[in-house]
Amino acid sequence: MLKDHAKLMYALQVSGEITGRKKLQKMIYIAKKVAFPFQERFQFHFYGPYSEELTLRVEELCNMGFLEEIKEKKGGYYQYRYSLTESGQEFLSLNEVNMPHLEDCLIDMNGQSARFLELVSTILYFDNLEKEEVTEKVFTLKKKQNYTPDEIEQAYQYVHHLQTKAKPQ
Amino acid sequence: MGYSEQKLQEEKVFKDPVHRYVHVRDQVIWDLIGTKEFQRLRRIKQLGTTFLTFHGAEHSRFNHSLGVYEIIRRIVDDVFDDRPKWSEEDRLLALCAGLLHDLGHGPFSHSFEKVFDLDHEHYTQATILGETEVNAVLRRVEQDFPKKVAEVIAKTSDKKIVISLISSQIDADRMDYLQRDAYFTGVSYGHFDMERILRVMRPHEDQVVIKQTGMHAVEDYIMSRYQMYWQVYFHPVTRSAEVILTKILHRAKELYENGYSFRQEPTHFISLFENTLTLEDYLKLDEAVILYYFQMWEAEEDEILRDLCRRFVNRNLFKYVEFDPAKEYKKLAELSVLFEKAGLAPDYYLVVDSSSDLPYDFYRPGEEEERLPIHLLMKNGEIRELSRESEIVDAISGKRRTDHKLYYPEDFLMDDSTKKTIKKQIRTLLDI
Repeated sequence: MLKDHAKLMYALQVSGEITGRKKLQKMIYIAKKVAFPFQERFQFHFYGPYSEELTLRVEELCNMGFLEEIKEKKGGYYQYRYSLTESGQEFLSLNEVNMPHLEDCLIDMNGQSARFLELVSTILYFDNLEKEEVTEKVFTLKKKQNYTPDEIEQAYQYVHHLQTKAKPQ
Repeated sequence: MGYSEQKLQEEKVFKDPVHRYVHVRDQVIWDLIGTKEFQRLRRIKQLGTTFLTFHGAEHSRFNHSLGVYEIIRRIVDDVFDDRPKWSEEDRLLALCAGLLHDLGHGPFSHSFEKVFDLDHEHYTQATILGETEVNAVLRRVEQDFPKKVAEVIAKTSDKKIVISLISSQIDADRMDYLQRDAYFTGVSYGHFDMERILRVMRPHEDQVVIKQTGMHAVEDYIMSRYQMYWQVYFHPVTRSAEVILTKILHRAKELYENGYSFRQEPTHFISLFENTLTLEDYLKLDEAVILYYFQMWEAEEDEILRDLCRRFVNRNLFKYVEFDPAKEYKKLAELSVLFEKAGLAPDYYLVVDSSSDLPYDFYRPGEEEERLPIHLLMKNGEIRELSRESEIVDAISGKRRTDHKLYYPEDFLMDDSTKKTIKKQIRTLLDI
């Protein structure tokens, strides 16, 4: 029961706190693509892979009181911070989630910028294409972000790094 | 004259209850409609199990796809024609993408996708790019035209204005299904002045925006979307049918994996169960095929599969109570134990369904770089997000409302001929 909700709560528990909806979206997407069985479906939107189901599930968890959402004004827009509440902790203690190595991966991602995670998630979205084509996609679809070839290379290395973390020998 | 510009000798029209007529002049569009992959959409209902709640809701994805095409045709031919920022060479691309945007939908796709971890978007891409009749028509336009159409539908094309016509917060897809679903379900919501909205749409940089003067028509559209969401898409009886359908698929899969010998072999399902589904297998699935199996499985030896199929075919659905996961999850665990004791497998007969399980959404304004909101083009040329200008939109889009229900087979629980005491305990816990 509520297994998909529990997986998200577990993700928040091991991450500690996630700042920014975009960051949360990209972290779950990357985790799913790398190895972990999150059920939310993602589509490519203006800002990269995005899941409406994930947005709704997070809203439900906030309404249930299992997640806390803090809204902060930052520059011209609002930013949201998410963390697990005490009742969320209690729920998780009764509904165990078993996703070994997720913690390592999420902590690592949480230390990266949302901008970099957007690039990583875009690269993963086009993982059926050759590297050259992916680079071309990044330059055309993410024109405004001005990613450099160096950053794209780093993103590829980061994907490899996460894959190793997710499935250590 | 190239194939892409070829016109039919006479305009063809399809009578349509929502748009009155769907007009076709382009040979390419006419040929696409005639392909077997597009004709397959006639055999897939637009609203899945909703016909069990609103008996009129038997319309198909074929109707809807033609409707989306027609709306785009009106925008590009009547509104955008000759406007700056709109390129005439994108006209056919927009029409084809609109017509084909739902090509990969399968039968009862929401449940199928959940159980078998499929994605209709993937099959839309595969059908357009694979060895199909649709692909052959598109390739006659230009060798890489299938790829261009597929990229618009996947939203990974650099033609952002074309994408936003088909897939954005106010697009041809939503404008068609809201009106069509309202018409066929017979509800009085879902109506708005589409003609007016189309007239005030303008191509602007990377997206389609709405002239400020059209704001009230857009408010009406947002209200329709909100009301249809709660009154039709999220109807608890439809969700009950969806729950049973999902459980049938789970049960059939579980039985197959455990070597159960079916009286009616699940031939069409085998590649799904074994995760070896090809595009050809997928395109053979439609609702007639699925309903055939459900009817045959009413005579299966397995009690659970037999019962669930009977429930679906004869519309003996599960009942529900409101459920608050935060306060009642311990009660749910208790119920699960009692169901087991009463001889009812809780995995199949005690089901929580949440609003996030639904493939529809309502309008949400500017979230920090998640989805592009609806933008108004102000008189001074400035762009403003809709809910900042409209109090009505602000009032309904800012509010969060989520919902959870607990489904169960009431007839079993009311039958005191067996396990009377346990069933009574269950009824007390459920407060029924």
